Amino acid sequence: MSVQHYSLVVNGELKRVATHPMARLLDVLRCDLLLTGTKEGCGEGECGACSVLLNGELVNSCLIPVAQADGAEIETVEGLGANEQLHAVQRAFLECGGAQCGMCTPGMLVASAHLLRKNPHPDLAAIREGLNGNLCRCTGYMRIFEAVERAVTSVGEERA
Amino acid sequence: MGQERIVGKPVLRKEGVAKVCGRAQYIDDLTLPEMLYGATVRSSIARGRILGIEFGVGVPWDEFVIVTATDIPGENEIALINHDWPCLAAEFVNHPEEPIALLAHPDRHLLPKAVAAVRVTYEEWPAVFSMEESERADPVVWGKDNVFKSFLMEKGDVDAMWSQADRVVEGEYATGAQEHLYIENNGAIAAYSADEGLTVWGSLQCPFYVHKSLVKMTGLPEEKVRIVQVETGGAFGGKEDYPSMIGAHAALLAMKSGKPVKIVYDRAEDMAATTKRHPSRVRHRTAVTSDGKLLGAEIEIALDGGAYSTLSATVLSRATIHAGGPYHWPNIRVRSKALATNYPPHGAFRGFGAPQSLFAIERHMDHIAEALGIAPDELRRRNLLKPGQTTTTGQLIQEDIDLERLMDRALAESDYHAKRERFARENAGARMKKKGIGLAAFLHGSGFTGSGERYLNSLAAMDVTAEGKARVLVSSTEFGQGTNTILCQIAAETLGIDYDAVEMGPPDTSVVPNTGPTVASRTSMVVGKLVHSAAVGLKKTLLASGLLHEGYATDEFVLAARTYVTQHGTLRAESRYEAPPGVHWDDQQYRGEAYAAYAWAVYVAEVTVDMATYGVVVDDFVAVQEVGRVLNPVLATGQIEGGVAQGIGWALYEKVVWGRGRMQNNQMTNYIIPTSQDIPPIRVFFEERPLGHGAYGAKGIGELPMDGPAPAILNAIAHATGKQFDCVPLLPEDMFRAMTVGEPAQEAVVL
Ligand code: FES
Ligand code: FES
Repeated sequence: MSVQHYSLVVNGELKRVATHPMARLLDVLRCDLLLTGTKEGCGEGECGACSVLLNGELVNSCLIPVAQADGAEIETVEGLGANEQLHAVQRAFLECGGAQCGMCTPGMLVASAHLLRKNPHPDLAAIREGLNGNLCRCTGYMRIFEAVERAVTSVGEERA
Repeated sequence: MGQERIVGKPVLRKEGVAKVCGRAQYIDDLTLPEMLYGATVRSSIARGRILGIEFGVGVPWDEFVIVTATDIPGENEIALINHDWPCLAAEFVNHPEEPIALLAHPDRHLLPKAVAAVRVTYEEWPAVFSMEESERADPVVWGKDNVFKSFLMEKGDVDAMWSQADRVVEGEYATGAQEHLYIENNGAIAAYSADEGLTVWGSLQCPFYVHKSLVKMTGLPEEKVRIVQVETGGAFGGKEDYPSMIGAHAALLAMKSGKPVKIVYDRAEDMAATTKRHPSRVRHRTAVTSDGKLLGAEIEIALDGGAYSTLSATVLSRATIHAGGPYHWPNIRVRSKALATNYPPHGAFRGFGAPQSLFAIERHMDHIAEALGIAPDELRRRNLLKPGQTTTTGQLIQEDIDLERLMDRALAESDYHAKRERFARENAGARMKKKGIGLAAFLHGSGFTGSGERYLNSLAAMDVTAEGKARVLVSSTEFGQGTNTILCQIAAETLGIDYDAVEMGPPDTSVVPNTGPTVASRTSMVVGKLVHSAAVGLKKTLLASGLLHEGYATDEFVLAARTYVTQHGTLRAESRYEAPPGVHWDDQQYRGEAYAAYAWAVYVAEVTVDMATYGVVVDDFVAVQEVGRVLNPVLATGQIEGGVAQGIGWALYEKVVWGRGRMQNNQMTNYIIPTSQDIPPIRVFFEERPLGHGAYGAKGIGELPMDGPAPAILNAIAHATGKQFDCVPLLPEDMFRAMTVGEPAQEAVVL
């Protein structure tokens, strides 16, 4: 298949890439746009390390051909914090020990931010469910749950 | 304890901001100019002779760099303990997925097709796929008798003791292979030039292991080989030995091509080709009195080491020493052996042999309790080690330990007694869901076994940067467990300066001294102590120089350090390992101080078993432990929780399915680890006592939590169902078979 041109809005910036239609969105982000924050853990939609938001929906970027993302808005971990300011979930992960080796962390953060956007006050069951597509081998998830709970509180406080 | 400003506080992870921003650079995030991508051609059979390698049509082979064993400049060996593990198979293969040839090309998308086009022809030989076949030594696939290593450890007079027994209880226990499943696969980049020598960057635990191995394999002088650890996305022991292999492969391709080469495995290759936890079979025969006193035991341990010896001897050693659990044995004999088979080599995995033998003893204790009609907690209570008693190696317990107190706390936090009684009552009337609660008591030795630390002779250093920041120089690496953070905490505490004024030196063998490998729960205790004394040295020098005066603030320290560097060029202090007083070890008899300190724990698991689906849900998990001083409560709690989750996986989810020596389910789709919805609340408690030999009283912590979950869960399942299962993993299909057909839960999974 021949190389084609695609445009994506990644973390608010318009990006153009020339690549094969079946190139994985994950590779486009990592190799063409040099946004290496998004990770590959399995390449088959199981681990969630490659999670990004595509038009606001949580997807595994290893399963998305770039052709399917043409014209879409993409958000990655690099886009979570604005202006050197950590996003509430990033800060909470840092404080609660939600990141150990850090390999699941970008995907986990994107999934957490997505969860909080859809449901600003998730209970523990909703947090467990919201993150069930993101595997972590280091933490046993407890610190991650605590981090999301703390992010809920701190977002609430910031608003108040 | 309690006076410290930084030690014991939940300071933020050193590299944490980089990790939560996605800025941390892992091996696959790095690209060098003109870099090629490497791939590996692997054996498709378990055992045989290589007859030929053909490069099939349809691939522009002249564009590829091709390496086989004949290109190896030095020894064709991955250097660990023995000299049996080839870097590339030359004439024979001994397991499926054994590396035979290497390919590199600028376009990584061309590699899979090229690998598939390489045809290796073999004369296939009979292979060994079980420990029982290996014991029969027909065929002999390794050495003279398929035995990598054996130990005999004896205390008291075992033969004379049986006559005093009221009861003799026997049991056999088995555990399966376990895949590390770090979320980041193995990977390395190598670059070579005749002038600068060889540099390998990698996802790895032990830079100097890789260094030693590559010096041998390349024949280059030591100073021409440089190993740099980059951010490492989980390891759990799985990046202790294998990075020497993948690093060697990248190095060979780089040396042949003159270009940098990256090899990063995909998940399927990583799972099929790299090491796993040793499968085990442990037999117990125990003499007890009718009131539950352990008189003595005979224990036989067999580990499946796979095709090459790698680290099996040391894994076996730890399994042997931990075989008696945290109990006082007047008499005990442990015979153990690590056997060769034709699976890919099994290697280091968190716990390193201890989870296997502790699973056996902790299931066995429940069997003894049942045989005697004594409650499981009470049987343990009557036999837990006390200060003044000796361990199975004859090590005198000098620490003021109180294991009964640990047990009391675990039982109280889990509401064990009330639940034990209530579940038994309710289960009698329940048909679909039965509940159970079970416990496990255990210990884990901190640091290398026996004389290991003395042989390692580790060196740590501290220096200061041009900006006047203190810098920790060690080869201990960060892969999620918190090395960077705790070592900087110890340094900052000791120097009397802010945590932010201390940084880690690069984990680069050309910069840091050899502090030994990052394994065996040795970092906080052994390396922490070295960092502490190096910090003391640094401080002394500064005070003696007159640039700094007692009672200083951080900015005064920074200014003095900066001035010192301007005046003298460098400021550096070193510290070398010294064995703690009274630590003696006899390698021949396996007697003496096996470890400078032990961590102790009692875990309780509560489960629900669905009698229709045979699914097991862990509802609650209590983990009480004494690990000496807790250096960072958030990190320590995270270590315990993560280890418990891996233990739950090992017990209930993670089954490696083998077919003629090859892992068949080498995908995350069908090798299942616990998700966020499978893990119970894990409630972690520390009985904090600064009893360790490490700085500020720390002991090891990282491996301990892997030891307890599997036996606690299986004990709970026995309580729930009234049936005894003595093998892990225990998946619903295993339980179904045992409950309905009456077959043993563990069938041979060899096809
Ligand atoms: S890499 Fe995409 S789900 Fe694992
Ligand atoms: S922090 Fe390592 S996989 Fe989650």
